[in-house]
Amino acid sequence: MANYLRTSAIALCAGLGCATAALAEGDVVVYHWFEYIPQELIDKFTEETGIRVVMDTYDSNEAMLASLRAGGMGTYDVAVPGDYMVQIMRDNDMLDAIAEGELSNHGNILPEWLDVRYDPGRQHSIPYQWGSTSFSVNRDVYDGPINTTEIIFNPPAELSGRINMLASQGEVMALAAIHLGIPMCSPERDDVQALNDLLMGSRQHWVSFNSDTAREVLVSGDAAAGMIYDGFSARARIEEGANLEYAFATQGYIAWMDNVVLLNDAPNRDNAIRFMDFLLEPENVGILTNWTQYSAGIAGVDAFLDPALAAQPERNPPEDAGPAIFIEVCDQATQEIHDRIWTALRR
Amino acid sequence: MAGGAASGGNATSEAYAPARGWLLLPTWVVLGIVVLAPIVLMLIYSFLTKEFRGGVIWEFSVDAYDQFFFDRGLFGDDAPTIQWAYIQIFWRSIWQATLATIFCLLIGFPTAYFIATRPANQRTIWVFLITIPYWVNLLIRTVSMRFILRDQGPLNDLLQWTGIVAEPLTIINTNLGVQIGLFYSYLPFMVLPLYAAIERYNFSLSEAASDLYAPRHKILTRIVLPAVKPGLIAGCILVFVPSLGSFLAPDLLGGARNFMIGSLIDEQFRGSAGNWPFGAAASMILLTLVLLVLMVLARQQARLEKGAG
Repeated sequence: MANYLRTSAIALCAGLGCATAALAEGDVVVYHWFEYIPQELIDKFTEETGIRVVMDTYDSNEAMLASLRAGGMGTYDVAVPGDYMVQIMRDNDMLDAIAEGELSNHGNILPEWLDVRYDPGRQHSIPYQWGSTSFSVNRDVYDGPINTTEIIFNPPAELSGRINMLASQGEVMALAAIHLGIPMCSPERDDVQALNDLLMGSRQHWVSFNSDTAREVLVSGDAAAGMIYDGFSARARIEEGANLEYAFATQGYIAWMDNVVLLNDAPNRDNAIRFMDFLLEPENVGILTNWTQYSAGIAGVDAFLDPALAAQPERNPPEDAGPAIFIEVCDQATQEIHDRIWTALRR
Repeated sequence: MAGGAASGGNATSEAYAPARGWLLLPTWVVLGIVVLAPIVLMLIYSFLTKEFRGGVIWEFSVDAYDQFFFDRGLFGDDAPTIQWAYIQIFWRSIWQATLATIFCLLIGFPTAYFIATRPANQRTIWVFLITIPYWVNLLIRTVSMRFILRDQGPLNDLLQWTGIVAEPLTIINTNLGVQIGLFYSYLPFMVLPLYAAIERYNFSLSEAASDLYAPRHKILTRIVLPAVKPGLIAGCILVFVPSLGSFLAPDLLGGARNFMIGSLIDEQFRGSAGNWPFGAAASMILLTLVLLVLMVLARQQARLEKGAG
């Protein structure tokens, strides 16, 4: 009902033309992940700046890259690629440089996220959120120890045949490499063969490959365990009451950071800069982080965070957790071998 | 509903004969832009060199087709053998599409027959009822199907409550799930052309056959089915072709554990592979297969019409 009233108010407002003044500042066109920004924050931005946010969404870094390369450049102002994808986009000359002093809140970026490997000196990007990718287990189904990647690659009988994998080659390959303890893009024949054998041998335990329903399948019970992002798992547990435990394997887990990048040929470059500046304000990032339940890379956010957030098990790896490892960008030859494994895995 | 009105005499078409060329121009323009141009583009792309992570380099190459047909091992340096992976994926899709077509036919024919034999003023309502679910987006319908079919979903609740099954029946993430999804998605494409054909069928022919002591199954196979064959073929094509390329049902109801043609091609453009020429080549091979099937059916239809005329 409240929603309905609000919609009516907006419709009425638009009908009477009272919105036109606010929209005079034009648009910012955002290419974003699905379900990754609260409406509240978008409304706040429009309220403060008069700039309307136009948004398209994608469900994987690769899908975003493909659509930008297939004629999407010049349509969007900003996108939100993950760490390794920033590097790929930078190497392909798809990112515009942010001049020094253009972002008034640039100083809010935490020092450890300033000089990142994929964008040294943060010339093209700002931190959006960071977190980890691991897996969660439904504790109603299995109550044994779960902090090992064996759960995914050599699961106990209760979980075998009930595991959902992310439909993303990079993340599945990375977790497999972590399980084997080999470098992610190792070109060594023995390593590649081991990676292949592991995945082929484990596929019998996996029931589905879904990324955008990764949370839903765990909540509904379609899957009893599955690869998932930390914030997704937290929201499934807290908001939807699923008895899920997020695992930090002793072998290690995947770390990631999503970043807002300024695209080349941005049609509304000035508005894009204001949008990025807005996303460097601690208060705004606090709203964002409370909603996504991931972590922020901005100083001063803590004051705006829900106190319960800091204590969440999904963001506090236990003492014996393995290292957090970022996904690496493989060279072409290795990537082609990974493509072959991925096709064979799902033939 | 269909037919009849189109056969409006030859005099009219004679009158327009001199202007036929430019009157058809809009058709040619539309066909050129929405059919011919994309296919030509796809054909060209399938013979180009792939650019790493998407895109093409404008150099002729048959690598894409080579990748489809030959297996050179994990490291790409073994002696070439036949590549079964893609053939397997194609075969699975064709098999799924065939099954979906058969199921649609088995349910669609009696449904269409039922509608066509209602009094004339009720038929529109029945046709209307058939189309109602299709006002909703396919994605939403497929997701809803997922909710209904899942282990703890209403269907399994009902089955367990009535005691038909003791344990929940696993339908989601199986081939059966995909089948149900495809069947549900494309059923009206079978019912509507069949209905159009059966509605035009002269039921006094059945009565005549019955008067001459033809048994019921003979009436069906020797008289009704041949008479409605064009509608039957149209329905089968309309179900088979989109089923072949679909990826919503396999993804959401089949768990996407195994690639179907649609998801394989999708992966080449939107996945890590980023191999556009291979995606284009796989599409061309699919297109060729579909065209072959359609040509066989069209030829059969032509022979039928010749026989009838």
